[in-house]
Amino acid sequence: MNYLFDPAHWSGADGIPTLIGEHLLYSLIALAVAAIIAVPLGIYIGVTGKGVFMIAGLANALRALPSVGLLILLVLLISPAFPSRMGYVLPSLIVLVLLAVPPILTNTYAGVRAVDAAAVDAAKGMGFRTMKILTDVQLPCSLPLVLSGIRSALLQIISTATIAAYISLGGLGRLLIDGKAQNDYSQMVAGAILVALLALFFDQLLAFITRRVVSPGLTRRTIKSVPAAAPVKTPVTV
Amino acid sequence: MNFEWLGRQFDNIVFLLGWHVLLAVTPLILGLLIALPLGWWAHRSRRIYPLLVGVAGLLYTVPSLALFVLLPLVLGTKILDPLNIVAALTVYTVALLVRVVADALDSVPEDTVQAAKAMGYRGYQSLVKVELPVGVPVICAGLRVAAVSNVSLVSVAALLGIPQLGSLFTQGFQLRFYTPIIAGIVLCVVLAMILDGLIILLNRWLTPWTPKVVAS
Repeated sequence: MNYLFDPAHWSGADGIPTLIGEHLLYSLIALAVAAIIAVPLGIYIGVTGKGVFMIAGLANALRALPSVGLLILLVLLISPAFPSRMGYVLPSLIVLVLLAVPPILTNTYAGVRAVDAAAVDAAKGMGFRTMKILTDVQLPCSLPLVLSGIRSALLQIISTATIAAYISLGGLGRLLIDGKAQNDYSQMVAGAILVALLALFFDQLLAFITRRVVSPGLTRRTIKSVPAAAPVKTPVTV
Repeated sequence: MNFEWLGRQFDNIVFLLGWHVLLAVTPLILGLLIALPLGWWAHRSRRIYPLLVGVAGLLYTVPSLALFVLLPLVLGTKILDPLNIVAALTVYTVALLVRVVADALDSVPEDTVQAAKAMGYRGYQSLVKVELPVGVPVICAGLRVAAVSNVSLVSVAALLGIPQLGSLFTQGFQLRFYTPIIAGIVLCVVLAMILDGLIILLNRWLTPWTPKVVAS
């Protein structure tokens, strides 16, 4: 605890606020890139039904891949091609994006699929065009699942960004890795507490956003039929 | 890939694999044993369910490396003690399975429970002989997720210097050498697939009445 409450550690280039800022910066960049890739792709697969075979396999295969191994392998492969710092930042960001895509993709797909067919038919009957059905019916109805995918993706990113400190990425993981190297347990504990708080804060923030933006007409039904905020979609029939 | 190196390191890799299996499977079994009564409690009480599932969700959000470091404070262990890893992964497994067990018991049709009661099964007999077996497929689906993510999470402990397959990653990084990293990744994925397959078999063996469908 001493480390955490020492004012000297709360300022400067390697102070706690800087580390939190770095951690957030990397996490949000990775999340944005992953969402830009995964949300449109998930919508496309959900609406057209093309490429469904990719979804189930991808989610499970990527969960089995050890993120530490993937991170280190990519750093060794990519870093020689980039000068100095970029050599560590870029591979880390790529791994963070890779790990964040599957939960967003599978949840977006599942969300679009789970939209009540009657609602789509009703919109069609009212003369909505395909694009308008997508933006006004299918997307708002699938929002809870899409957001739950983004929530688990962000947690995955914050957690893995911590590990990436091992390969010299900045952020709160620095306290854990440097503390280990210097045999300074109080520094490690400070890092662990801050990372855990960061993850909890963002988890609750996204839960709050979900409650605010999801149409109230959906929530009652959603709680019953879809296990809201389920981090993983598991096949029930094995 | 340097196969000659792999040959020389064979004994060491088997040793790391053994530890990896131990560190991944022990929490799975402990977690299931703890989650069964908790899940049953959540299933029985509508007030307890949101509380337990909420706490489980919060525990699940704590990043693994942070939990590995914080547990010694709670357990009084040394930072290098493999017990921390077992405890941390048990926490994750319980957090995942509490909800799964409760939902599995919820999924048992009311008619089935009533029929068991009419046939003279007492509360705990009905639970052990009827409700739990009927809920097995749902529990096994949750166990598969827990097993696969445990295998991946164990390797994070390499950053703290606890020997298991993840040590091959840190070793490869320090030596700038691909062979151990690729070997470690392959072994982790194969181990995850084997555990996944074993749970599928276990599920089939425990539910002989279900029609034989191709596993998804």
